[in-house]
Amino acid sequence: MRRVNQERALAILSPLAVIGLWQLASYLGFIDLRYVPSPVSIAEAAWDLTLSGQLWHHMGATLRRLVVGFVLGAVPGVAIGMVMGLNRWVRAALDPLVAALYPIPKIAILPLLMLVFGLGDGSKVAVVAMSVLFLTIINTTAGVIQLERIYFDVARNFGTPWHKLFLRVILPGVLPNIFAGLRISMGVSLVVLIGAEFVTSRSGIGYLIWTSWETLVVENMFVGIIVITVLGVVSTFFLHECERILIPWRND
Amino acid sequence: MTGQPDKIRIDRLGKTFGEDDVQTVALQDFSLSVREGEFVCIVGPSGCGKTTVLRIVAGLETPSSGGVVVRPTVVPEARPNTTRRQPQNAMVFQEHGLFPWMSVIDNAAFGLEMQGMRRHERYQKVAPFLDMIGLGGFHEHYPQQLSGGMRQRVSLARAFVADPNILLMDEPFASLDAQNKLIMQDELLRIWEGSQKTVLFITHAIDEAIALGDRVVVMTALPGRIKEIVPVDFPRPRSVVELRADPRFGALQLSIWRMLEAEVRAARQQPKA
Repeated sequence: MRRVNQERALAILSPLAVIGLWQLASYLGFIDLRYVPSPVSIAEAAWDLTLSGQLWHHMGATLRRLVVGFVLGAVPGVAIGMVMGLNRWVRAALDPLVAALYPIPKIAILPLLMLVFGLGDGSKVAVVAMSVLFLTIINTTAGVIQLERIYFDVARNFGTPWHKLFLRVILPGVLPNIFAGLRISMGVSLVVLIGAEFVTSRSGIGYLIWTSWETLVVENMFVGIIVITVLGVVSTFFLHECERILIPWRND
Repeated sequence: MTGQPDKIRIDRLGKTFGEDDVQTVALQDFSLSVREGEFVCIVGPSGCGKTTVLRIVAGLETPSSGGVVVRPTVVPEARPNTTRRQPQNAMVFQEHGLFPWMSVIDNAAFGLEMQGMRRHERYQKVAPFLDMIGLGGFHEHYPQQLSGGMRQRVSLARAFVADPNILLMDEPFASLDAQNKLIMQDELLRIWEGSQKTVLFITHAIDEAIALGDRVVVMTALPGRIKEIVPVDFPRPRSVVELRADPRFGALQLSIWRMLEAEVRAARQQPKA
Protein backbone atom coordinates (compact mmCIF):
# COMPACT_ATOMS: atom_id res chain seq x y z
CA MET A 1 0.00 0.00 0.00
CA ARG A 2 2.80 2.40 0.98
CA ARG A 3 4.59 1.74 -2.26
CA VAL A 4 1.43 2.54 -4.26
CA ASN A 5 1.05 5.85 -2.44
CA GLN A 6 4.66 6.69 -3.07
CA GLU A 7 4.22 5.94 -6.76
CA ARG A 8 1.12 8.16 -6.88
CA ALA A 9 2.95 10.99 -5.15
CA LEU A 10 5.77 10.70 -7.67
CA ALA A 11 3.29 10.71 -10.55
CA ILE A 12 1.94 14.05 -9.33
CA LEU A 13 5.24 15.54 -8.27
CA SER A 14 7.23 14.90 -11.46
CA PRO A 15 5.04 17.07 -13.76
CA LEU A 16 4.97 19.77 -11.10
CA ALA A 17 8.75 19.63 -10.97
CA VAL A 18 8.95 20.02 -14.74
CA ILE A 19 6.66 23.06 -14.59
CA GLY A 20 8.77 24.48 -11.78
CA LEU A 21 11.95 24.00 -13.79
CA TRP A 22 10.25 25.54 -16.82
CA GLN A 23 9.29 28.61 -14.80
CA LEU A 24 12.80 28.84 -13.36
CA ALA A 25 14.36 28.56 -16.81
CA SER A 26 12.05 31.30 -18.11
CA TYR A 27 12.92 33.48 -15.16
CA LEU A 28 16.63 32.99 -15.67
CA GLY A 29 16.30 33.74 -19.37
CA PHE A 30 17.26 30.26 -20.67
CA ILE A 31 14.08 30.12 -22.78
CA ASP A 32 13.09 32.54 -25.51
CA LEU A 33 9.81 33.92 -24.23
CA ARG A 34 8.70 34.86 -27.76
CA TYR A 35 8.28 31.16 -28.55
CA VAL A 36 7.74 29.53 -25.20
CA PRO A 37 6.12 31.74 -22.60
CA SER A 38 6.52 31.03 -18.90
CA PRO A 39 3.97 28.89 -17.06
CA VAL A 40 2.90 31.89 -15.01
CA SER A 41 2.15 34.03 -18.06
CA ILE A 42 0.22 31.11 -19.62
CA ALA A 43 -1.82 30.82 -16.44
CA GLU A 44 -2.50 34.55 -16.58
CA ALA A 45 -3.63 34.27 -20.20
CA ALA A 46 -5.90 31.37 -19.26
CA TRP A 47 -7.34 33.43 -16.44
CA ASP A 48 -8.05 36.37 -18.76
CA LEU A 49 -9.62 34.11 -21.41
CA THR A 50 -11.80 32.52 -18.75
CA LEU A 51 -12.95 35.85 -17.35
CA SER A 52 -13.81 37.23 -20.78
CA GLY A 53 -15.82 34.05 -21.46
CA GLN A 54 -13.84 33.29 -24.62
CA LEU A 55 -12.39 30.08 -23.27
CA TRP A 56 -15.80 28.67 -22.41
CA HIS A 57 -17.14 29.75 -25.75
CA HIS A 58 -14.40 27.94 -27.68
CA MET A 59 -14.38 24.91 -25.44
CA GLY A 60 -18.15 24.61 -25.74
CA ALA A 61 -18.00 24.78 -29.52
CA THR A 62 -15.33 22.08 -29.76
CA LEU A 63 -17.03 19.87 -27.20
CA ARG A 64 -20.40 20.17 -28.93
CA ARG A 65 -18.96 19.19 -32.32
CA LEU A 66 -17.00 16.37 -30.77
CA VAL A 67 -19.93 14.84 -28.89
CA VAL A 68 -22.50 15.23 -31.67
CA GLY A 69 -20.10 13.96 -34.33
CA PHE A 70 -18.98 11.09 -32.14
CA VAL A 71 -22.51 9.91 -31.43
CA LEU A 72 -23.58 10.35 -35.07
CA GLY A 73 -20.64 8.19 -36.13
CA ALA A 74 -20.65 5.61 -33.36
CA VAL A 75 -24.34 4.69 -33.28
CA PRO A 76 -24.72 3.81 -36.97
CA GLY A 77 -21.20 2.38 -36.87
CA VAL A 78 -22.15 -0.14 -34.21
CA ALA A 79 -25.42 -0.95 -35.97
CA ILE A 80 -23.81 -1.48 -39.37
CA GLY A 81 -20.95 -3.43 -37.80
CA MET A 82 -23.41 -5.72 -36.04
CA VAL A 83 -25.34 -6.46 -39.22
CA MET A 84 -22.11 -7.00 -41.16
CA GLY A 85 -20.82 -9.33 -38.48
CA LEU A 86 -24.02 -11.36 -38.27
CA ASN A 87 -24.90 -11.60 -41.95
CA ARG A 88 -22.35 -12.90 -44.40
CA TRP A 89 -24.23 -11.47 -47.41
CA VAL A 90 -24.28 -7.97 -46.01
CA ARG A 91 -20.64 -8.41 -45.09
CA ALA A 92 -19.73 -9.54 -48.60
CA ALA A 93 -21.56 -6.56 -50.04
CA LEU A 94 -20.19 -3.87 -47.71
CA ASP A 95 -16.67 -5.14 -47.00
CA PRO A 96 -15.07 -3.72 -50.17
CA LEU A 97 -16.84 -0.41 -49.62
CA VAL A 98 -15.60 -0.11 -46.06
CA ALA A 99 -12.13 -1.26 -47.05
CA ALA A 100 -11.99 1.43 -49.74
CA LEU A 101 -13.37 4.30 -47.65
CA TYR A 102 -11.69 3.54 -44.33
CA PRO A 103 -8.12 4.47 -45.33
CA ILE A 104 -9.07 7.90 -46.72
CA PRO A 105 -7.72 10.44 -44.23
CA LYS A 106 -11.00 12.05 -43.27
CA ILE A 107 -9.51 15.52 -43.12
CA ALA A 108 -8.89 15.16 -46.86
CA ILE A 109 -12.61 15.15 -47.56
CA LEU A 110 -13.29 18.19 -45.38
CA PRO A 111 -13.65 20.50 -48.42
CA LEU A 112 -16.13 18.05 -49.93
CA LEU A 113 -18.07 17.93 -46.67
CA MET A 114 -18.06 21.74 -46.59
CA LEU A 115 -19.67 21.78 -50.03
CA VAL A 116 -22.38 19.48 -48.75
CA PHE A 117 -22.84 20.68 -45.17
CA GLY A 118 -21.74 24.29 -45.43
CA LEU A 119 -19.16 26.27 -43.50
CA GLY A 120 -20.87 25.97 -40.12
CA ASP A 121 -20.85 23.21 -37.53
CA GLY A 122 -22.31 20.73 -40.02
CA SER A 123 -19.09 19.99 -41.87
CA LYS A 124 -17.07 19.65 -38.66
CA VAL A 125 -19.60 17.33 -37.11
CA ALA A 126 -19.65 15.35 -40.35
CA VAL A 127 -15.88 14.96 -40.52
CA VAL A 128 -15.79 13.69 -36.93
CA ALA A 129 -18.70 11.34 -37.62
CA MET A 130 -16.97 9.96 -40.71
CA SER A 131 -13.80 9.29 -38.74
CA VAL A 132 -15.69 7.48 -36.01
CA LEU A 133 -18.04 5.60 -38.34
CA PHE A 134 -15.49 3.43 -40.13
CA LEU A 135 -13.40 2.67 -37.07
CA THR A 136 -16.52 1.59 -35.23
CA ILE A 137 -17.80 -0.52 -38.13
CA ILE A 138 -14.50 -2.34 -38.49
CA ASN A 139 -14.10 -3.06 -34.78
CA THR A 140 -17.71 -4.12 -34.25
CA THR A 141 -17.70 -6.42 -37.27
CA ALA A 142 -14.47 -8.03 -36.13
CA GLY A 143 -15.93 -8.45 -32.64
CA VAL A 144 -18.98 -10.31 -33.93
CA ILE A 145 -16.92 -12.56 -36.18
CA GLN A 146 -14.51 -13.36 -33.35
CA LEU A 147 -17.32 -14.46 -31.03
CA GLU A 148 -16.68 -18.07 -30.07
CA ARG A 149 -18.91 -20.50 -31.96
CA ILE A 150 -19.54 -22.34 -28.73
CA TYR A 151 -21.53 -19.37 -27.34
CA PHE A 152 -24.02 -19.76 -30.18
CA ASP A 153 -24.13 -23.52 -29.59
CA VAL A 154 -24.89 -23.03 -25.90
CA ALA A 155 -27.55 -20.45 -26.72
CA ARG A 156 -29.19 -22.71 -29.30
CA ASN A 157 -28.97 -25.68 -26.99
CA PHE A 158 -30.99 -23.84 -24.36
CA GLY A 159 -33.52 -22.63 -26.90
CA THR A 160 -32.52 -18.97 -26.75
CA PRO A 161 -34.96 -16.71 -28.62
CA TRP A 162 -33.44 -14.22 -31.04
CA HIS A 163 -33.80 -11.07 -28.97
CA LYS A 164 -32.21 -12.74 -25.96
CA LEU A 165 -29.43 -14.11 -28.12
CA PHE A 166 -28.66 -10.56 -29.12
CA LEU A 167 -28.97 -8.93 -25.71
CA ARG A 168 -27.43 -11.65 -23.54
CA VAL A 169 -24.84 -13.18 -25.85
CA ILE A 170 -23.89 -11.14 -28.91
CA LEU A 171 -23.96 -7.62 -27.49
CA PRO A 172 -21.98 -8.31 -24.29
CA GLY A 173 -19.59 -10.48 -26.29
CA VAL A 174 -18.86 -7.67 -28.74
CA LEU A 175 -18.80 -4.82 -26.20
CA PRO A 176 -15.04 -5.02 -25.53
CA ASN A 177 -14.38 -4.67 -29.25
CA ILE A 178 -16.83 -1.80 -29.59
CA PHE A 179 -15.03 0.07 -26.85
CA ALA A 180 -11.66 -0.63 -28.38
CA GLY A 181 -13.01 1.04 -31.51
CA LEU A 182 -14.44 3.97 -29.57
CA ARG A 183 -11.17 4.62 -27.76
CA ILE A 184 -9.23 4.83 -31.02
CA SER A 185 -12.05 6.92 -32.51
CA MET A 186 -11.81 9.44 -29.69
CA GLY A 187 -8.14 10.13 -30.38
CA VAL A 188 -8.68 10.38 -34.13
CA SER A 189 -11.74 12.62 -33.63
CA LEU A 190 -9.77 15.19 -31.66
CA VAL A 191 -7.04 15.34 -34.30
CA VAL A 192 -9.49 15.70 -37.16
CA LEU A 193 -11.67 18.23 -35.35
CA ILE A 194 -8.80 20.52 -34.38
CA GLY A 195 -7.54 20.32 -37.95
CA ALA A 196 -10.96 21.28 -39.28
CA GLU A 197 -11.22 24.14 -36.81
CA PHE A 198 -7.83 25.46 -37.94
CA VAL A 199 -9.00 26.05 -41.48
CA THR A 200 -12.71 26.69 -41.38
CA SER A 201 -14.04 28.03 -38.18
CA ARG A 202 -14.89 31.11 -36.19
CA SER A 203 -14.93 29.26 -32.89
CA GLY A 204 -13.46 26.24 -31.15
CA ILE A 205 -10.14 25.41 -29.54
CA GLY A 206 -8.60 24.79 -32.94
CA TYR A 207 -9.64 28.29 -33.98
CA LEU A 208 -8.21 29.74 -30.75
CA ILE A 209 -4.85 28.08 -31.38
CA TRP A 210 -4.76 29.14 -35.02
CA THR A 211 -5.71 32.81 -34.50
CA SER A 212 -3.27 33.03 -31.60
CA TRP A 213 -0.55 31.96 -34.02
CA GLU A 214 -1.73 34.42 -36.64
CA THR A 215 -1.75 37.29 -34.13
CA LEU A 216 1.34 35.98 -32.35
CA VAL A 217 -0.33 35.78 -28.94
CA VAL A 218 1.71 32.74 -27.98
CA GLU A 219 0.30 32.54 -24.44
CA ASN A 220 -3.21 31.98 -25.79
CA MET A 221 -1.87 29.37 -28.18
CA PHE A 222 -0.47 27.43 -25.23
CA VAL A 223 -3.76 27.79 -23.37
CA GLY A 224 -5.49 26.22 -26.38
CA ILE A 225 -2.98 23.36 -26.55
CA ILE A 226 -3.38 22.66 -22.85
CA VAL A 227 -7.18 22.81 -23.00
CA ILE A 228 -7.37 20.39 -25.91
CA THR A 229 -4.98 18.05 -24.11
CA VAL A 230 -7.16 18.13 -21.02
CA LEU A 231 -10.20 17.51 -23.22
CA GLY A 232 -8.48 14.45 -24.65
CA VAL A 233 -7.57 13.13 -21.23
CA VAL A 234 -11.05 13.74 -19.83
CA SER A 235 -12.83 12.10 -22.79
CA THR A 236 -10.54 9.07 -22.59
CA PHE A 237 -11.19 8.85 -18.88
CA PHE A 238 -14.94 9.10 -19.53
CA LEU A 239 -14.80 6.23 -22.03
CA HIS A 240 -12.71 4.23 -19.60
CA GLU A 241 -15.30 4.73 -16.85
CA CYS A 242 -18.13 3.67 -19.19
CA GLU A 243 -16.12 0.59 -19.98
CA ARG A 244 -15.54 -0.18 -16.33
CA ILE A 245 -19.27 -0.03 -15.65
CA LEU A 246 -20.47 -1.79 -18.82
CA ILE A 247 -17.78 -4.49 -18.97
CA PRO A 248 -17.28 -5.44 -15.31
CA TRP A 249 -16.05 -8.94 -16.18
CA ARG A 250 -12.93 -7.47 -17.80
CA ASN A 251 -11.80 -5.63 -14.67
CA ASP A 252 -9.13 -8.08 -13.69
CA MET B 1 -33.26 -55.67 -23.49
CA THR B 2 -35.14 -54.96 -20.30
CA GLY B 3 -38.61 -53.73 -19.66
CA GLN B 4 -37.41 -50.15 -19.57
CA PRO B 5 -38.57 -48.26 -22.66
CA ASP B 6 -36.02 -46.58 -24.90
CA LYS B 7 -35.40 -42.95 -24.04
CA ILE B 8 -33.16 -42.16 -26.98
CA ARG B 9 -33.32 -44.10 -30.21
CA ILE B 10 -30.59 -43.32 -32.69
CA ASP B 11 -31.37 -44.95 -36.00
CA ARG B 12 -28.76 -45.57 -38.70
CA LEU B 13 -27.30 -42.11 -38.34
CA GLY B 14 -24.98 -40.87 -41.07
CA LYS B 15 -23.18 -37.59 -41.50
CA THR B 16 -21.07 -36.37 -44.38
CA PHE B 17 -19.14 -33.13 -44.24
CA GLY B 18 -17.73 -31.05 -47.05
CA GLU B 19 -18.47 -29.94 -50.58
CA ASP B 20 -19.11 -32.19 -53.57
CA ASP B 21 -15.51 -33.02 -54.40
CA VAL B 22 -13.94 -33.30 -50.94
CA GLN B 23 -16.31 -35.22 -48.76
CA THR B 24 -15.60 -36.73 -45.38
CA VAL B 25 -17.89 -39.38 -44.03
CA ALA B 26 -17.84 -38.62 -40.33
CA LEU B 27 -20.52 -41.04 -39.28
CA GLN B 28 -21.96 -44.16 -40.83
CA ASP B 29 -24.83 -46.40 -39.86
CA PHE B 30 -24.72 -45.47 -36.20
CA SER B 31 -27.60 -47.06 -34.29
CA LEU B 32 -28.00 -46.99 -30.54
CA SER B 33 -30.83 -47.21 -28.04
CA VAL B 34 -30.51 -45.68 -24.61
CA ARG B 35 -32.89 -46.66 -21.81
CA GLU B 36 -34.58 -44.21 -19.50
CA GLY B 37 -32.16 -43.27 -16.71
CA GLU B 38 -29.23 -44.98 -18.34
CA PHE B 39 -25.70 -43.55 -18.43
CA VAL B 40 -24.07 -44.39 -21.75
CA CYS B 41 -20.50 -43.46 -22.59
CA ILE B 42 -19.12 -43.27 -26.11
CA VAL B 43 -15.37 -43.70 -26.57
CA GLY B 44 -13.40 -43.53 -29.75
CA PRO B 45 -10.22 -42.20 -31.28
CA SER B 46 -9.90 -38.45 -31.79
CA GLY B 47 -11.98 -37.17 -34.69
CA CYS B 48 -14.02 -40.35 -35.00
CA GLY B 49 -17.31 -38.53 -35.14
CA LYS B 50 -18.38 -39.09 -31.54
CA THR B 51 -18.96 -35.41 -30.98
CA THR B 52 -20.98 -35.36 -34.20
CA VAL B 53 -23.32 -37.98 -32.74
CA LEU B 54 -23.87 -35.80 -29.71
CA ARG B 55 -24.38 -32.63 -31.71
CA ILE B 56 -26.96 -34.34 -33.87
CA VAL B 57 -28.82 -35.64 -30.81
CA ALA B 58 -28.63 -32.11 -29.39
CA GLY B 59 -30.12 -30.71 -32.57
CA LEU B 60 -27.06 -28.57 -33.24
CA GLU B 61 -26.36 -30.45 -36.43
CA THR B 62 -28.59 -32.17 -38.97
CA PRO B 63 -27.85 -35.75 -39.98
CA SER B 64 -27.18 -36.63 -43.61
CA SER B 65 -29.16 -39.81 -43.12
CA GLY B 66 -31.00 -41.61 -40.38
CA GLY B 67 -32.61 -39.95 -37.42
CA VAL B 68 -32.90 -39.53 -33.67
CA VAL B 69 -36.01 -39.91 -31.56
CA VAL B 70 -36.00 -38.74 -27.97
CA ARG B 71 -39.07 -39.76 -26.00
CA PRO B 72 -40.40 -36.85 -23.96
CA THR B 73 -40.68 -37.22 -20.21
CA VAL B 74 -44.16 -38.03 -19.08
CA VAL B 75 -45.06 -35.50 -16.43
CA PRO B 76 -47.71 -36.95 -14.08
CA GLU B 77 -49.56 -33.67 -13.79
CA ALA B 78 -48.89 -30.33 -15.32
CA ARG B 79 -46.73 -28.20 -13.10
CA PRO B 80 -48.92 -25.47 -11.66
CA ASN B 81 -48.29 -21.81 -12.41
CA THR B 82 -45.86 -22.48 -15.13
CA THR B 83 -45.92 -22.29 -18.86
CA ARG B 84 -42.32 -23.39 -19.12
CA ARG B 85 -41.65 -26.36 -21.25
CA GLN B 86 -38.94 -28.78 -20.29
CA PRO B 87 -35.93 -28.42 -22.56
CA GLN B 88 -35.42 -31.36 -24.86
CA ASN B 89 -31.79 -31.70 -23.83
CA ALA B 90 -29.00 -29.83 -22.15
CA MET B 91 -25.42 -30.14 -23.19
CA VAL B 92 -22.28 -29.81 -21.09
CA PHE B 93 -19.59 -28.54 -23.43
CA GLN B 94 -15.86 -29.29 -23.45
CA GLU B 95 -14.64 -26.00 -22.07
CA HIS B 96 -15.09 -22.28 -22.58
CA GLY B 97 -18.80 -23.04 -22.63
CA LEU B 98 -19.53 -20.45 -19.97
CA PHE B 99 -20.27 -16.86 -20.93
CA PRO B 100 -17.40 -14.68 -19.62
CA TRP B 101 -19.77 -11.71 -19.17
CA MET B 102 -22.16 -13.51 -16.86
CA SER B 103 -21.59 -14.15 -13.18
CA VAL B 104 -21.53 -17.72 -11.90
CA ILE B 105 -25.17 -17.61 -10.85
CA ASP B 106 -26.31 -16.10 -14.16
CA ASN B 107 -24.35 -18.70 -16.09
CA ALA B 108 -25.85 -21.51 -14.03
CA ALA B 109 -29.33 -20.04 -14.43
CA PHE B 110 -28.98 -19.41 -18.17
CA GLY B 111 -31.22 -22.31 -19.15
CA LEU B 112 -33.93 -21.14 -16.76
CA GLU B 113 -33.60 -17.57 -18.01
CA MET B 114 -34.12 -18.77 -21.57
CA GLN B 115 -37.20 -20.65 -20.41
CA GLY B 116 -38.55 -17.28 -19.31
CA MET B 117 -38.28 -17.76 -15.56
CA ARG B 118 -38.09 -14.58 -13.49
CA ARG B 119 -34.75 -13.62 -11.99
CA HIS B 120 -35.79 -14.01 -8.37
CA GLU B 121 -37.31 -17.40 -9.02
CA ARG B 122 -34.38 -18.76 -10.97
CA TYR B 123 -31.84 -17.55 -8.43
CA GLN B 124 -33.86 -19.33 -5.77
CA LYS B 125 -33.71 -22.50 -7.79
CA VAL B 126 -30.03 -22.29 -8.67
CA ALA B 127 -28.65 -21.26 -5.26
CA PRO B 128 -29.13 -24.64 -3.50
CA PHE B 129 -27.52 -26.38 -6.44
CA LEU B 130 -24.49 -24.08 -6.30
CA ASP B 131 -24.27 -24.78 -2.56
CA MET B 132 -24.32 -28.49 -3.25
CA ILE B 133 -21.39 -28.35 -5.65
CA GLY B 134 -19.39 -26.07 -3.36
CA LEU B 135 -19.86 -22.83 -5.26
CA GLY B 136 -22.14 -21.21 -2.71
CA GLY B 137 -19.69 -18.39 -2.05
CA PHE B 138 -19.06 -17.62 -5.70
CA HIS B 139 -22.39 -16.36 -7.03
CA GLU B 140 -21.03 -13.02 -8.19
CA HIS B 141 -17.71 -14.28 -9.51
CA TYR B 142 -17.00 -14.29 -13.22
CA PRO B 143 -15.80 -17.47 -14.95
CA GLN B 144 -12.25 -16.21 -15.47
CA GLN B 145 -11.92 -15.78 -11.73
CA LEU B 146 -12.53 -19.52 -11.27
CA SER B 147 -10.34 -22.58 -11.73
CA GLY B 148 -11.04 -24.98 -14.58
CA GLY B 149 -12.68 -27.45 -12.23
CA MET B 150 -14.98 -24.82 -10.78
CA ARG B 151 -15.96 -23.69 -14.26
CA GLN B 152 -16.93 -27.18 -15.29
CA ARG B 153 -19.00 -27.49 -12.12
CA VAL B 154 -20.89 -24.37 -13.19
CA SER B 155 -21.44 -26.00 -16.59
CA LEU B 156 -22.82 -29.10 -14.89
CA ALA B 157 -25.06 -26.92 -12.73
CA ARG B 158 -26.37 -25.09 -15.79
CA ALA B 159 -27.31 -28.35 -17.47
CA PHE B 160 -28.87 -30.07 -14.43
CA VAL B 161 -30.76 -27.00 -13.20
CA ALA B 162 -32.48 -26.60 -16.57
CA ASP B 163 -34.05 -29.98 -15.81
CA PRO B 164 -33.74 -31.28 -19.37
CA ASN B 165 -35.28 -34.38 -20.81
CA ILE B 166 -31.82 -35.84 -21.44
CA LEU B 167 -28.26 -34.76 -20.64
CA LEU B 168 -25.51 -34.66 -23.24
CA MET B 169 -21.87 -34.30 -22.24
CA ASP B 170 -19.06 -33.64 -24.67
CA GLU B 171 -15.78 -34.51 -22.94
CA PRO B 172 -16.62 -32.13 -20.10
CA PHE B 173 -13.55 -33.03 -18.03
CA ALA B 174 -10.99 -33.30 -20.83
CA SER B 175 -9.15 -30.13 -19.86
CA LEU B 176 -8.90 -30.89 -16.14
CA ASP B 177 -5.87 -32.28 -14.37
CA ALA B 178 -5.95 -35.90 -13.23
CA GLN B 179 -6.93 -35.24 -9.60
CA ASN B 180 -9.64 -32.75 -10.42
CA LYS B 181 -10.98 -35.12 -13.03
CA LEU B 182 -11.49 -37.86 -10.42
CA ILE B 183 -13.26 -35.47 -8.08
CA MET B 184 -15.49 -34.16 -10.85
CA GLN B 185 -16.39 -37.67 -11.98
CA ASP B 186 -17.43 -38.52 -8.43
CA GLU B 187 -19.45 -35.32 -8.17
CA LEU B 188 -21.13 -35.97 -11.48
CA LEU B 189 -22.13 -39.46 -10.35
CA ARG B 190 -23.46 -38.11 -7.08
CA ILE B 191 -25.59 -35.45 -8.81
CA TRP B 192 -26.71 -37.84 -11.51
CA GLU B 193 -27.69 -40.60 -9.12
CA GLY B 194 -30.00 -38.13 -7.42
CA SER B 195 -31.54 -36.98 -10.70
CA GLN B 196 -32.01 -40.26 -12.60
CA LYS B 197 -31.47 -38.45 -15.88
CA THR B 198 -30.60 -40.23 -19.08
CA VAL B 199 -27.03 -39.34 -20.03
CA LEU B 200 -25.03 -39.61 -23.21
CA PHE B 201 -21.37 -38.97 -22.35
CA ILE B 202 -18.58 -38.55 -24.89
CA THR B 203 -14.99 -39.16 -23.85
CA HIS B 204 -11.71 -40.42 -25.23
CA ALA B 205 -10.66 -41.76 -21.83
CA ILE B 206 -11.50 -45.45 -21.39
CA ASP B 207 -11.19 -45.33 -17.60
CA GLU B 208 -13.62 -42.44 -17.43
CA ALA B 209 -16.13 -44.28 -19.61
CA ILE B 210 -15.97 -47.40 -17.43
CA ALA B 211 -16.12 -45.47 -14.18
CA LEU B 212 -19.21 -43.54 -15.20
CA GLY B 213 -21.20 -45.59 -17.67
CA ASP B 214 -23.71 -48.41 -17.58
CA ARG B 215 -22.56 -49.24 -21.07
CA VAL B 216 -19.54 -48.19 -23.10
CA VAL B 217 -19.95 -47.73 -26.83
CA VAL B 218 -16.66 -48.19 -28.66
CA MET B 219 -16.42 -46.39 -31.98
CA THR B 220 -14.20 -47.01 -34.99
CA ALA B 221 -11.94 -44.54 -36.73
CA LEU B 222 -13.45 -42.54 -39.61
CA PRO B 223 -16.03 -43.16 -40.85
CA GLY B 224 -17.36 -43.46 -37.32
CA ARG B 225 -19.31 -46.63 -36.70
CA ILE B 226 -20.05 -48.68 -33.60
CA LYS B 227 -17.40 -51.32 -33.09
CA GLU B 228 -18.72 -52.83 -29.91
CA ILE B 229 -21.02 -52.09 -27.00
CA VAL B 230 -19.58 -53.17 -23.65
CA PRO B 231 -21.84 -53.47 -20.59
CA VAL B 232 -20.33 -52.25 -17.30
CA ASP B 233 -21.82 -54.13 -14.36
CA PHE B 234 -20.31 -52.37 -11.38
CA PRO B 235 -22.98 -51.69 -8.78
CA ARG B 236 -24.18 -48.19 -8.01
CA PRO B 237 -23.69 -45.93 -6.20
CA ARG B 238 -20.11 -46.02 -7.35
CA SER B 239 -16.99 -44.41 -6.03
CA VAL B 240 -14.70 -43.63 -8.92
CA VAL B 241 -11.55 -43.92 -6.83
CA GLU B 242 -12.46 -47.26 -5.24
CA LEU B 243 -13.66 -48.60 -8.55
CA ARG B 244 -10.27 -48.01 -10.07
CA ALA B 245 -8.70 -50.30 -7.43
CA ASP B 246 -10.99 -53.17 -8.49
CA PRO B 247 -9.10 -55.76 -10.59
CA ARG B 248 -12.13 -56.14 -12.85
CA PHE B 249 -11.80 -52.45 -13.68
CA GLY B 250 -8.31 -53.02 -15.05
CA ALA B 251 -9.40 -56.08 -16.99
CA LEU B 252 -12.27 -54.19 -18.57
CA GLN B 253 -10.01 -51.28 -19.37
CA LEU B 254 -7.57 -53.62 -21.08
CA SER B 255 -10.21 -55.36 -23.16
CA ILE B 256 -11.69 -52.04 -24.35
CA TRP B 257 -8.21 -50.79 -25.10
CA ARG B 258 -7.62 -53.87 -27.28
CA MET B 259 -10.75 -52.99 -29.27
CA LEU B 260 -9.74 -49.36 -29.55
CA GLU B 261 -6.07 -49.78 -30.28
CA ALA B 262 -6.44 -50.72 -33.93
CA GLU B 263 -8.84 -47.82 -34.42
CA VAL B 264 -6.51 -45.32 -32.82
CA ARG B 265 -3.71 -46.54 -35.06
CA ALA B 266 -5.99 -46.20 -38.06
CA ALA B 267 -7.00 -42.69 -36.98
CA ARG B 268 -3.34 -41.68 -36.86
CA GLN B 269 -3.11 -42.35 -40.60
CA GLN B 270 -6.06 -40.11 -41.38
CA PRO B 271 -5.90 -36.42 -42.18
CA LYS B 272 -7.66 -34.13 -39.77
CA ALA B 273 -11.35 -33.97 -40.57
